[in-house]
Amino acid sequence: MAQVTLRKVIKKYDEVLAVRGVDLDIADKEFIVLVGPSGCGKSTTLRMIAGLEEISGGDIAIGGDVVNDVPPKDRDIAMVFQNYALYPHMNVYENMSFGLKLKRTPRQEIERRVKQAAQILDITELLDRKPKQLSGGQRQRVAMGRAIVRDPKVFLFDEPLSNLDAKLRVQMRTEIKKVHQKVRTTTVYVTHDQVEAMTLADRVVVMNAGLIEQVGSPHDLYHSPNTKFVAGFIGSPAMNFIPCQVEQAAGALRLRLNDKLAMPVPASRTNRYSSVVGKPNLVLGLRPEHIMETRPHTESDQHDFEVPIEVVEPMGMETLVYFTINGTEVCGRINPNAGGVAGQPMKLRADLSNMHLIDDTTGKVL
Amino acid sequence: MADIAAPNATVLAAGSRSGLHKLMQRKSTIAFLMALPLILLIAILVAYPAGYAVYLAMLNKSMSKFVGFGTFEFILKRQAFWDVVYQSCLFAISAVIFKAIIGFVVAHFVHNIPAKGQRKWRGMLLVPWVIPPAMSTLAWLWLFDPSYSAFNWIFAHFGISAVPWLGEAGWARFAVILVNIWAGAPFFMIMYLAALKSVPEQLHEAAAIDGATWWQKIWYVNLPMMRNIIAITALFSLIVTFANFDIVRVLTNGGPLTATQIFATWAFKVGIESGDIPQGAAVSLFMAPILAIAAAFILRNISKRGSEV
Amino acid sequence: MANAAIAAGAAGRPIKYRSMSRDRQWAMRWSYFFLVLFVIFFLTPPLYMFITSLKSSGEISAAKNPWWVYAPTLSNYTELLGQNQYLVFFRNSALVSVCVVIVTMVISVTAAFALARMKFWGSATLATGVFLTYLIPDSLLFIPLFKMFAFVRDTTGIELMNHWWTLIIIYPTLSVPFATWIMIGYFASIPKELDEAALIDGATWMQTLTRIFIPVAMPGIIAATIFSFTVSWAQFLYPLAFTTSTDQLVLPVGIVTTLIKGDVFNWGQIMTGALLGAAPPLIIYAFLMDYYIAGLTAGATKG
Repeated sequence: MAQVTLRKVIKKYDEVLAVRGVDLDIADKEFIVLVGPSGCGKSTTLRMIAGLEEISGGDIAIGGDVVNDVPPKDRDIAMVFQNYALYPHMNVYENMSFGLKLKRTPRQEIERRVKQAAQILDITELLDRKPKQLSGGQRQRVAMGRAIVRDPKVFLFDEPLSNLDAKLRVQMRTEIKKVHQKVRTTTVYVTHDQVEAMTLADRVVVMNAGLIEQVGSPHDLYHSPNTKFVAGFIGSPAMNFIPCQVEQAAGALRLRLNDKLAMPVPASRTNRYSSVVGKPNLVLGLRPEHIMETRPHTESDQHDFEVPIEVVEPMGMETLVYFTINGTEVCGRINPNAGGVAGQPMKLRADLSNMHLIDDTTGKVL
Repeated sequence: MADIAAPNATVLAAGSRSGLHKLMQRKSTIAFLMALPLILLIAILVAYPAGYAVYLAMLNKSMSKFVGFGTFEFILKRQAFWDVVYQSCLFAISAVIFKAIIGFVVAHFVHNIPAKGQRKWRGMLLVPWVIPPAMSTLAWLWLFDPSYSAFNWIFAHFGISAVPWLGEAGWARFAVILVNIWAGAPFFMIMYLAALKSVPEQLHEAAAIDGATWWQKIWYVNLPMMRNIIAITALFSLIVTFANFDIVRVLTNGGPLTATQIFATWAFKVGIESGDIPQGAAVSLFMAPILAIAAAFILRNISKRGSEV
Repeated sequence: MANAAIAAGAAGRPIKYRSMSRDRQWAMRWSYFFLVLFVIFFLTPPLYMFITSLKSSGEISAAKNPWWVYAPTLSNYTELLGQNQYLVFFRNSALVSVCVVIVTMVISVTAAFALARMKFWGSATLATGVFLTYLIPDSLLFIPLFKMFAFVRDTTGIELMNHWWTLIIIYPTLSVPFATWIMIGYFASIPKELDEAALIDGATWMQTLTRIFIPVAMPGIIAATIFSFTVSWAQFLYPLAFTTSTDQLVLPVGIVTTLIKGDVFNWGQIMTGALLGAAPPLIIYAFLMDYYIAGLTAGATKG
């Protein structure tokens, strides 16, 4: 059981900086998810924690000990790989016990641990099988079992679900969460799938271009992103970004989206945005669920507008509608019964109480 | 072992920050050690002899004096040498062309029949490749026997007079090429079959929908898709056929007279049997340029394959 | 399977489509016809070996149908196998081949693992070099090797010439490069995560090789083993150049040089000897054809 600390960690491949100074404190028993687009350095960071990559600068500590120079096997970590990396010629039992055997753990102890891990993962009846005879989900469990058996300080997961089909992925996601609740071990989990990150993590670390963009609970990241990148990366369908301007209008502020469309800024935000009045390169960030069909009852900071709908995508429990404002495609999320026909105008409602205003030059949320 | 300990010592001295780094360095040391037997083998028994051959070729016959390119110049003036060049090229090129054609055609025939039976046919067609060439050439020698030729016996039934298979220059050359084709075509067949199987079935289906005939599918789909394998296999076989020794040695031993003498057999005759090592070395070295060209093309094709993937 | 599905689909449909399945059938018939022709061409020499091996010398020299055995006899086999000399050839060949296979596999598997996985300075060049070495034919090297052996004798007193075990030293030059090439291909196809998993599990490089890579790459190892065996068994030029006494000869050279005495050809015995000499590779081939073919195609398809 241990905390993991990264201090100014850098990874250089030849002259290319893959990780450009990462600072991160992972608490004991915490489930941390590193998420970001491919090439953002999240896998490299994980592999540096594992000791599979040398670090070019900075320090990594596990359980308070700096492990920069410690080979992987002595770091007391376990890793689950994207393609599971099960040894194809060994059966499940041998796969799970291989590491312990190399450490010359007594036979009974190995057996006890494997049985216990198998029970947690519900794979007891698979112990004699070879990886080839297992389904994707079962292989995934075995890979986790191999990690659990080692009883490590830290679990490392490198995109463990991306080889599974969509349905199984959801199922295994729950499974991983359950396992973590049973075996409370510090976990670092890498994924490019923000849904996975949101559902699994105690805290999510969003990475971009070798740097951490933001660290926070899933709720924080979703509702108060620090940057345009995080705002756009978290949430599906992605947040709408509409170019806009902030105008002064009789003591209050007004958001102008185009010549015809302008809405008052919520009064609670007047102070926050007063400094950017008239500034160029501003973007309104509004999630699709905050653009809905009109309702008879109006709450404060909700404003109706009418636009021609271009595409309608019924999703079952909701319908997505797409239209254009100010040259940008915007997505709204409406009740399936609210109508909405492609090519016809529709009255929609924007809920500005959940708006974000972004300075597009710095990428910061104001 | 001494020179391995040395770098380790310096790494240790470098300080605490080097544990993992040391591990990585030790990794490359171990790797080098693991590859060392291979390196030594190639260096001592391939690279060194190859270089040594050049040196040997520059000595005089009794190997007491350095004569530079004198031996090469001498060989270039011999008619026998130009016969060898002509025959080696004739055998290699014609044999490779026929091997490639037969291999390509037979591969398609095998590919055409139901998958169940393919294994069996493939198995029978590959037998010539499995038998050691010296042994199978003995069978051909017996089939071509001047007085008991089993082929001539069949011909006699059709009123065709006996063919002097190995007794006359033209026929002897034909016989050498035939045996080369017989022994080498299965290799082409198996390579082309493997390539053929890797052509995605969807491409054939797409071509069929586009209205391609059977022949057009081969020409516009299979051939381009297999081009690389076809080239590599042919170049590879060119090297093997060109440098071949066994078949000619057993079948004709260069005869009649020198009508089927090729580089390898002539070098053996001159260098080992007549004991003129410098001249033998020089003869075999004349193969090098052609082999080098073929090898360069193979490497280019292989690296091209690599970059495609 | 796809063919069958198409044919079945066509059969159920109206007449318009029937011509397609008929085309297919004709293509199949022609394929079989030509395959039979080619099989006859390819199998005639070994069959003729077998036919001749069952004949007495009297029948061979009689002007009867050479393609038929009138009075089958095993006398060629009993004579040959009763003769010490032939058994010595066989033993020499077997010893040389088995030793060469062991040496080859040890050298090539360790080297291939280092080249495919561990990477060191110059490893990429070495991999290319290995392939180039494979392209250097025996006929280019036998003369300098011949001279090198003489040099070794003059300097160290060790006589390499005319000993069957010398072949164990030089055959690996023919088998190791390609075996290494095959193994590099197989090792490279093993996912990188597998050695990382082993690394985290605490395996050393040697343990990773012996406990993970060798078992996983078993098909490649079998293919490379078969290849090195076949090469050593069939090699003709080196033993012809380097061995002369009859007790040091290996099979191919032994048969060619001792059974052919001047102009007297004892064809019954020669064919029997050749057939028996071809038997070990043929038997291996019969049982392990798929590995054999895998090894053959690996060089070009995995490159």
